[in-house]
Amino acid sequence: MTDPIIEIQSLSKKYKNADVYSVNNLSLQINKGEIFGLLGPNGAGKTTLISMLCGLIKPTSGDFTINGYKYSNDAHAIKKIMGVVPQEYALYPTLTARENLMYFGNMYGLKGKALKQKINDSLDYLGLLKFADKKIDTFSGGMKRRINLLAGQLHEPSVLFLDEPTVGVDVHSKAVIIEYLKQVNQSGTTIIYTSHHLAEAQDLCSHIAIIDNGEIMIKGTPQEIIELTHNAHTLEDVFLSLTGKALRDHV
Amino acid sequence: MYKLWMSIYKEVLLLKRDAGGLVILFVMPLVLIITITLIQDSTFKTATETKIPILLVDNDKGEVSELIKKNLGESNSFEVITSQGGKSIDEAFAKEKVFDGDYQLAIIIPEKLSEGLKEKVEENVTSIMQGVMEEDTVAVEPSVKKEAPKEVRLYFDPASQTAFKTAVKSTIDKMISQIETKTIYNAFTEQLGEESVAAFNQESYISFKEIVPMFDNKEMVPNSTQHNVPAWTLFAIFFIVVPLSINIVKEKSQGTNVRLRTNPVSYATVIGGKTITYLIICMLQFYLMLAVGMYVFPKIGLSPLELDGTFALMSVVALFSGLAAVGFGILLGTVAKTQEQSAPFGATSVVILAAIGGVWVPVFAMPKIMQHIAKISPMNWGLEAFYDVLLRKYTIIGILPYLGLLLLFFLIMTAVSIFYDEKKRAV
Repeated sequence: MTDPIIEIQSLSKKYKNADVYSVNNLSLQINKGEIFGLLGPNGAGKTTLISMLCGLIKPTSGDFTINGYKYSNDAHAIKKIMGVVPQEYALYPTLTARENLMYFGNMYGLKGKALKQKINDSLDYLGLLKFADKKIDTFSGGMKRRINLLAGQLHEPSVLFLDEPTVGVDVHSKAVIIEYLKQVNQSGTTIIYTSHHLAEAQDLCSHIAIIDNGEIMIKGTPQEIIELTHNAHTLEDVFLSLTGKALRDHV
Repeated sequence: MYKLWMSIYKEVLLLKRDAGGLVILFVMPLVLIITITLIQDSTFKTATETKIPILLVDNDKGEVSELIKKNLGESNSFEVITSQGGKSIDEAFAKEKVFDGDYQLAIIIPEKLSEGLKEKVEENVTSIMQGVMEEDTVAVEPSVKKEAPKEVRLYFDPASQTAFKTAVKSTIDKMISQIETKTIYNAFTEQLGEESVAAFNQESYISFKEIVPMFDNKEMVPNSTQHNVPAWTLFAIFFIVVPLSINIVKEKSQGTNVRLRTNPVSYATVIGGKTITYLIICMLQFYLMLAVGMYVFPKIGLSPLELDGTFALMSVVALFSGLAAVGFGILLGTVAKTQEQSAPFGATSVVILAAIGGVWVPVFAMPKIMQHIAKISPMNWGLEAFYDVLLRKYTIIGILPYLGLLLLFFLIMTAVSIFYDEKKRAV
């Protein structure tokens, strides 16, 4: 029995002065409890799709709901149940890790002892408690990624959007982040995640969609889509088979 | 409300961590106000300790040149130099020194000026007197010798400003007129004999007196401090545009703006946090500058700022001016993509707003077109409101139109920022 949390109907986005659609008539359903991987080459439309779902940009056409809510009517309700972890380190560099987390927690309506406890526990889990009162601009890339993740997840959202959460981090930080995401998912958060790390996605995601030219090429569980693709043994085989081997550099 | 407080707290923390920025926010306006007032004070004060050294070449060496020297010396504006190294200076030397910029002015008194003036006046007086006595005596043709007009030559440093040149020319013109008048009186006195001296009262008949406003039986004579502190305080308040716009641009480049836009917090709360924080900064700047005007200025030889019970109303004007400045900063930060765009544009636009607002040159002295433009400058509204309160002793009712305009400016700037932000999301 499926219980959809995100339902996308014929969603399209064409940027001003662009020749082609970044997201083209895309329909998709993501169910509660899934870790849904959006994979695709550079410029495939992953970030555009996530940005629309997060309310950062407006679709050209089409519609979607998150937990039954539409942005046009219930933007505040959606924002309350949604967490976002952007690709950039979306943190104040001159504030400490704790100050950043307190502030973003406050913006989700969290406060007092409960918030402080949640911050301490999460920092401890991610190995950052002893750096809680250090400024972000003294942190390494891996440490910033972990704080970035925490800032979007403190309020235990129903849906968590992650745009390449492990890009540019070392193996140890990546392992901690992946482990943390699994734990977050087990506690009831649906995760929508984009990445270029196909092996990581194969390990983490319960469901995957490969997207290219703004359209979904294939979707299903990692195992299903490997089986559906001729001569494919890994996600990487599927990916190359569907998107080709040509470079996707563009400006 | 809790989110708003936390936004304010965050903004305060960000400012606190930027020690250099804080110093600029508070120290630079103080340096500005002290420097400008010191300069303005010495430029316009009548009894000043600062005397401008000028060269005087005395080719006359007579009564008139002595009078000119005496009057210039007594004017308290000039230090008259007539010799260098124990040697009298000549016209060529004076011209070279002035044109090289070593001196602002040289006055060349022509040869035989005293003698010539005396002769010319005596001839004229004699001629008049003969005309008067024609009835009693046989008419004799007056032997009027044509005296060529004498010329006092002035050399100005080419870099001298027109206002300075005009002021000097007017002073010297007045001085020469007085000397001529005195000489004419003396000639008549001599012609009529000593017994008629009493008939010539050389005191000026027409004089002028400035009638200044009275408040609480006290004359209100504005000094340069009363003009400068409000004007330059307003200028400093508007400079909040620069750090505020940088703050907003930074949030965009750091990505924290993305996080805030996806948080369940309204853009109004985010802007509200910034508005209140930066408004507090504006007010602190304002009070600091008032304190400097009241307590530091007298210690460095400047006239103290006298508020005369206008503190509360001045604070209201500062608050609304601060709002206008913050609104402008929010719009600039929202529209600018980089700090390289926002910082120079912010600084330059504040200077332009100050110029057209009358902070540097009074609006009445501007060309007609600029006078109309000045009326749409928020800095002009703030400045006029400050002057209305401090110098014209208006009540709150009198300054309501300006306060309304400043508030409207803030609301329009903020509304345009929100509209622009919304529009950008639909890229």
